[in-house]
Amino acid sequence: MLKKISKIPFKGTPEQEAQLKAVIEECKDNKSMLMHVMQQAQAIYGYLPFEVQTMIADGMDIPLEKVYGVSTFYAQFALSPKGQYNVSVCLGTACYVKGSQDVLDKICENLGVGEGECTEDGVFSIEACRCIGACGLAPVITVNDEVYGKLTADDVDGILAKYKA
Amino acid sequence: MYRSHVLVCGGTGCTSSHSAEIIAALESELKAKGLENEIKVVKTGCFGLCALGPIMIVYPEGCFYSQVTVEDVPEIVEEHLLKGRMVKRLLYDETVMKDEIKPLSETNFYKKQKRIALRNCGVIDPENIDEYIAMDGYQALAKCLTELKPEDVIQIVKDSGLRGRGGGGFPTGLKWSFTAKNNADQKYVVCNADEGDPGAFMDRSVLEGDPHCIVEAMTICGYATGATEGYVYVRAEYPIAVSRLQKAIEQAREYGLLGKNIFNSGFDFDLHIRLGAGAFVCGEETALMTSIEGNRGEPRPRPPYPAVKGLFAKPTTENNVETFANIPQIILNGAEFFNSMGTEKSSGTKVFALGGKINNTGLVEIPMGTTLREIIEDIGGGVPNGKKFKAAQTGGPSGGCIPASLMDTPIDYDNLTAIGCMMGSGGLIVMDEDNCMVDIAKFFLNFTVDESCGKCTPCRIGTKKMMEILDKITSGKGTLEDLDELERLAYYIKDNSLCGLGQTAPNPVLATLRFFKDEYIAHVVDKKCPAGVCKALLNFSIDADKCKGCTACARKCPAGAISGTVKNPHVIDTDKCLKCGVCMDTCRFNAISKK
Repeated sequence: MLKKISKIPFKGTPEQEAQLKAVIEECKDNKSMLMHVMQQAQAIYGYLPFEVQTMIADGMDIPLEKVYGVSTFYAQFALSPKGQYNVSVCLGTACYVKGSQDVLDKICENLGVGEGECTEDGVFSIEACRCIGACGLAPVITVNDEVYGKLTADDVDGILAKYKA
Repeated sequence: MYRSHVLVCGGTGCTSSHSAEIIAALESELKAKGLENEIKVVKTGCFGLCALGPIMIVYPEGCFYSQVTVEDVPEIVEEHLLKGRMVKRLLYDETVMKDEIKPLSETNFYKKQKRIALRNCGVIDPENIDEYIAMDGYQALAKCLTELKPEDVIQIVKDSGLRGRGGGGFPTGLKWSFTAKNNADQKYVVCNADEGDPGAFMDRSVLEGDPHCIVEAMTICGYATGATEGYVYVRAEYPIAVSRLQKAIEQAREYGLLGKNIFNSGFDFDLHIRLGAGAFVCGEETALMTSIEGNRGEPRPRPPYPAVKGLFAKPTTENNVETFANIPQIILNGAEFFNSMGTEKSSGTKVFALGGKINNTGLVEIPMGTTLREIIEDIGGGVPNGKKFKAAQTGGPSGGCIPASLMDTPIDYDNLTAIGCMMGSGGLIVMDEDNCMVDIAKFFLNFTVDESCGKCTPCRIGTKKMMEILDKITSGKGTLEDLDELERLAYYIKDNSLCGLGQTAPNPVLATLRFFKDEYIAHVVDKKCPAGVCKALLNFSIDADKCKGCTACARKCPAGAISGTVKNPHVIDTDKCLKCGVCMDTCRFNAISKK
């Protein structure tokens, strides 16, 4: 399974670090607790950036490559954060021919990040998805659970502006 | 003493349809009416009939209310609990007779069921150890520790004929005896609760509805095999199951039923929970152990078998949840009780999760040897919307399918294997005439391609190659040679993969090739999808008699494939058509069809 790795600078707080350290402290003598520590770390930070993986590796005295290996093996571990608003663009056939690629490009341009990435402030993330079954409304995007259909690239700024407040 | 008990299902299905809110509303309503000391509300595990959830049962009457909403609660309290008049409109139709209600056990859904593994599900409060003890809980453990020697316990399990309910069907008693005879300073018991098959949820329901029975069974297994520590590996996607199991373990420790010197017998045993993180392959026993050890969950070659070198390289017994759930009943009632049910080589009962195109979706436990027809037509209530039954899929991505022609096959391990199918963990997905079997095969293969751990080549690359061929077939580019190649690859992958995932991954393809070859041939030779599922093979056409020439479809068509003049029948240019279906949704005269 291929995982996108985030390029967003890591912005952990001292409180988060203290929480993680406490978890590591409790588990460091039992190497089989690695996955448990990683699950806790993901609950604290929302995802597992390299900085967090390094902290876990150092704290547990486990090679970083192993921590990374585990993080990429299991579907549940995220290497990129999802934004507060996850914008999902349908690239199914019907949407594609009606210009969903243009819509996607415009969203990326507007937010300044690429597909599969998250904005630095953590507000938006963008993903491309397969058909969501709303071909009659093509092209379609969803922002979290809200569906927007029959879009052109010109509509993008207006929709995103609603969430930028 | 309470004069009435109200049982509300707190399984995952009913919780998703707000049963927790119903319980809260019920409690506050009872309090408002001053009935909180007369009527007790109990949050139970799954009743099984998930299609009718959220479910509420009121005792002593045994009144079965289905599809209850929060808004119904005041009426139930006012009418039924206060005034003693049942709320008829909420009663399950099948239980309503002229002037009285029929017991649930006489309805079609429950009549043929025999609940052993699920005996406490939907009956007791799973978060209360006293309720479990009141249902003879922990008596089997007491019997083992105070009256039986470990070898006696193993003999009873052997005699019962219990076989692994996780899919393979290996005799449980034999498995235990292998671990028992290996001496080591430390041995382990592992419970596999990593139920990864899409559409299977029986292990989840046992853990949610009767977690103590797993704690008890694992302790018995520990005593029989000489293990003092156990691990339960649960999917992280099952938060309710995890929290109830955690509570059960804590309560058992408090009561001295886990820990040191249980029942003063000198036997020590303790349990730990480990959470999975979303990897299907971890349901394979060696991969699961590798994962508990904190690694990538890749399987290990066998031998050495887990009974020799398992978890942390120590002798280990691993069974799945449903297998364990049968153990206390076998110990208490004897091997005879268990092997008198079912068929000669498959004794006892099996839990199935009924899903797909069937009226009564839910959880059923039936004696082995029940026919598929009984399960689908009698218990399941048949296929909805008057559609025709086409096949039932068992065993998830590792299993096969049973076509309508074999509906009278008694279901047990050996019969299913004989028809190229597999018991699997118990997911039973019903498909009707609208399902394309090639598409189903592709769906499952897509799943295994995604979930292959990548350690061995036949599985990693082979399944991908099979997927490419299926893609070719469903997009209308397949040839008859592709079908041969598909079969050749399938057998190659079966024979050469390292673990159960790879060895069984081609099963959905092989089973559909065997029973539904005509559908494959229709895709390959006629370039048609008989069920109308594979989009690339569908052609949209306009019925000239029905078309009014309103031009709506032509205006909506994204590819400009529809032409015609106003008030005259329109035509679709199939070369330009993208098969998006917009025209069909737009047409107000039902003039457009896909074939």
